[in-house]
Amino acid sequence: MIEERPLYIPEQNIVLEHNHEIDPEQLDDYFKIDGFAALNHVLTEMTPPEVIDQLSRSGLRGRGGAGYPTGLKWQTVAKAQGSPKYVICNGDEGDPGAFMDRNVMEAYPFKVLEGMTIAAYAIGASQGFIYVRAEYPLAVQRLKNAIRQMEKHNYLGKNIAGTPFSFDIDVRLGAGAFVCGEETALIASIEGRRGNPRPRPPYPAEHGLFGCPTLINNVETFANVAPILRNGAEWFASIGTEKSKGTKVFALSGRIARAGLIEVPMGTTLREIVFEIGGGIPDGKAYKAVQTGGPSGGCIPSDYLDVPVDYESLLNLGSFMGSGGMIVMDETSCMVDVARYFMEFCMSESCGKCVPCRVGTAQMYQLLTKIVHGDATLNDLALLETLCDMVRTTSLCGLGQGAPNPVMSTLRYFRDEYIAHIVEKRCPAGVCPVHKHVQQEVSA
Amino acid sequence: MNKVRMATVWLDGCSGCHMSFLDIDERLLALADKIDLVYSPLVDHKEFPPDVDLTLVEGAVSSEEDMEKIQRIRERTNLLIALGDCAVNGNVPSMRNAIGAQAVLERAYLEEGLLNPGIPDQVVPPLLPTVLPVHVVVPVDLFVPGCPPPADAIYYVITQLLAGQAPDLSSLTRFGK
Amino acid sequence: MSVVTLKIDDRDVSGRDDETILEIARENGIVIPTLCYLEGLSIAGACRLCLVEVKGSSKLLPACATRVSEGMEVSTQSERLTHYRRMIIEMLFAEGNHICSVCVSNGHCQLQDAAVALGVDHIGVPYLYPNRTVDASHELFGIDHNRCILCARCVRVCDEVEGAHTWDVGARGIEARVITDFRTPWGDSDTCTSCGKCVQVCPTGALFAKGKSAGEMMKQSEFVQYLVAMRGRQS
Repeated sequence: MIEERPLYIPEQNIVLEHNHEIDPEQLDDYFKIDGFAALNHVLTEMTPPEVIDQLSRSGLRGRGGAGYPTGLKWQTVAKAQGSPKYVICNGDEGDPGAFMDRNVMEAYPFKVLEGMTIAAYAIGASQGFIYVRAEYPLAVQRLKNAIRQMEKHNYLGKNIAGTPFSFDIDVRLGAGAFVCGEETALIASIEGRRGNPRPRPPYPAEHGLFGCPTLINNVETFANVAPILRNGAEWFASIGTEKSKGTKVFALSGRIARAGLIEVPMGTTLREIVFEIGGGIPDGKAYKAVQTGGPSGGCIPSDYLDVPVDYESLLNLGSFMGSGGMIVMDETSCMVDVARYFMEFCMSESCGKCVPCRVGTAQMYQLLTKIVHGDATLNDLALLETLCDMVRTTSLCGLGQGAPNPVMSTLRYFRDEYIAHIVEKRCPAGVCPVHKHVQQEVSA
Repeated sequence: MNKVRMATVWLDGCSGCHMSFLDIDERLLALADKIDLVYSPLVDHKEFPPDVDLTLVEGAVSSEEDMEKIQRIRERTNLLIALGDCAVNGNVPSMRNAIGAQAVLERAYLEEGLLNPGIPDQVVPPLLPTVLPVHVVVPVDLFVPGCPPPADAIYYVITQLLAGQAPDLSSLTRFGK
Repeated sequence: MSVVTLKIDDRDVSGRDDETILEIARENGIVIPTLCYLEGLSIAGACRLCLVEVKGSSKLLPACATRVSEGMEVSTQSERLTHYRRMIIEMLFAEGNHICSVCVSNGHCQLQDAAVALGVDHIGVPYLYPNRTVDASHELFGIDHNRCILCARCVRVCDEVEGAHTWDVGARGIEARVITDFRTPWGDSDTCTSCGKCVQVCPTGALFAKGKSAGEMMKQSEFVQYLVAMRGRQS
């Protein structure tokens, strides 16, 4: 259970509804918050195309990051030739500073599994997998417990709720590779192979697990399914912005007064999130940027605090919705150092399959290291930008394609910090070793 | 007519590129009408002169002496050509980069059962920690890979440049050959 | 399955819709550079050399892994593609320790060939000079990781054609290496049949037969497509 703390959430919770009110290990508690009402309704009163139609009209988009329309994805898998079909829940959350899915799996295991079961009915699957990173043992334990209880109460297994529909879910553990959150790598991992991505198309919808049509959605996406079917597509579509419906769970961390999980309607501004809900920057320091989207994301400076947070506007700002990590930085953060941190992450998490990501992330990391040490020239900066473009354009999967983003976005908004390191041999935030080096020289 | 002032330089390499240069054979006589070899291991000039039009550099940059030399040469040369794989990509001298200069010195001067083991601190120039291709140290105008580049390729490069044209070497040279 | 017509480099060509851009291009004598691709093996899409431009797609697509479709317009050559392809070659040279002059495959190396074809005459990205090892524990063959470009042809031929799966890839990112069994010496492998297929398909001098000196290692990879064709292609 998450610890008690005041929650400053301005709108209704969908994913995190009834926070603290139920015991995530008790199926009976889940009944108290309309648990399985949606599943019962779907199985007894709706056809699969009707379920998909509801999802499509709700406007729900994938909460894993890219924002692909969920209804369209379900429809594609439903129509794909081949059997059996599979449902996979992607719980391999791995972005630095992201703990949304962990909380959802730990606090609402039944809700995630109910969403998966509804999806299975809609697309015609009889087997599902929930892929959770092994670093989340409590989530794994609660999911396994929830699966057992659901099997006991006939919400999983043969002839669910007395209908002809049968569905089983197994938990699969990730072994510590960030790239296994990429869907084709995740599939390879479930198949028992090395978790390497492969080129798409063909997409998993057509050629997924064991070569069969496969639906993969993220934890938060599945957690939205039961509420949508309980309350109707129109209700869900009335929340959020024109193109981004519903709410989004964010994990606020970094230099912020109240860190933690929040759930806000799509379109809430960064200013509301950071200064109202998060309580602003502590110690009287000045806001510098929010990093969103994890290692594929970017940093958003104060000029854009009033932009509504949705999929499109974050992309326009050179960042990315991602799974919902938000790392707040103040004037004591060096943006070159931040970029280097994320590049180091991508370099060590690259699977090594494709050349641009394998070699390019190492090259970029080396150049960023030169910059923070004050050893770089403007030629190195030009090479860094050339590499950013090349790695982004030519990498095989999203990890490599997104890896240059933290560099490109900090170059876009904080180029002066790079120049200070390179030309003046100075770290404006006083973080990088170049700064200490100069100080030593001065005092010597 | 003013002759083109040409130099050739030998950094960390085996001199094979210079041998290949000499393999131009009798065509050297024709070249001699057009060029003045102002500095080279093949002629007896001690100091690299100023205002050199064209310099062919053999060898990688491996020692502090190489480093000083190549920077002075670059300042005094109009067109600088990396000749052969050592100059272009480090080649055999760069094989020590993965293990470091110290390991190489220890192996050569301490571990070989010498009568008087000891790493020299005089005469032998101090090694750089990493052997570098020439273009990593100074800008290079043209690359002629090969180990060594064939005599025909070297002759072609020089005659093209004398004719004021940019040589296209793609069919004449490659790394390693 | 149906037959489609498309344009590659402004030439009208046709193919089945289960064929790839690369297959159709090669049938028509249009050269697209590749390193990880080998006819007869599964598609890796790893080296990214065969990226092409397809009209209507904002992304560059790997010709080896992209099926043709009706009305498709493909460009296999452009300044932009050459720029990226050259950088890929430079990255491969910078990533390992490729000393061509003393390599068993000098003159018969597909990495060298690609560098020549793309006009790569020096390496513009910083060299990484990794400390990599050589495994000479096998009686007949050796692997010099300094020359390995991680195309994983050895991994695929061993698994898909020989059926031994001795090779795989271990570790990840810039530390990734091809490994035998559980990263144990090749010579100790219980699964290796010593068939030598991995050596023959290796595009560089990384895998070699013992006893070969500089430039002496000539490889024959055509057997793969022959074997696969004779066995009946499974896809």
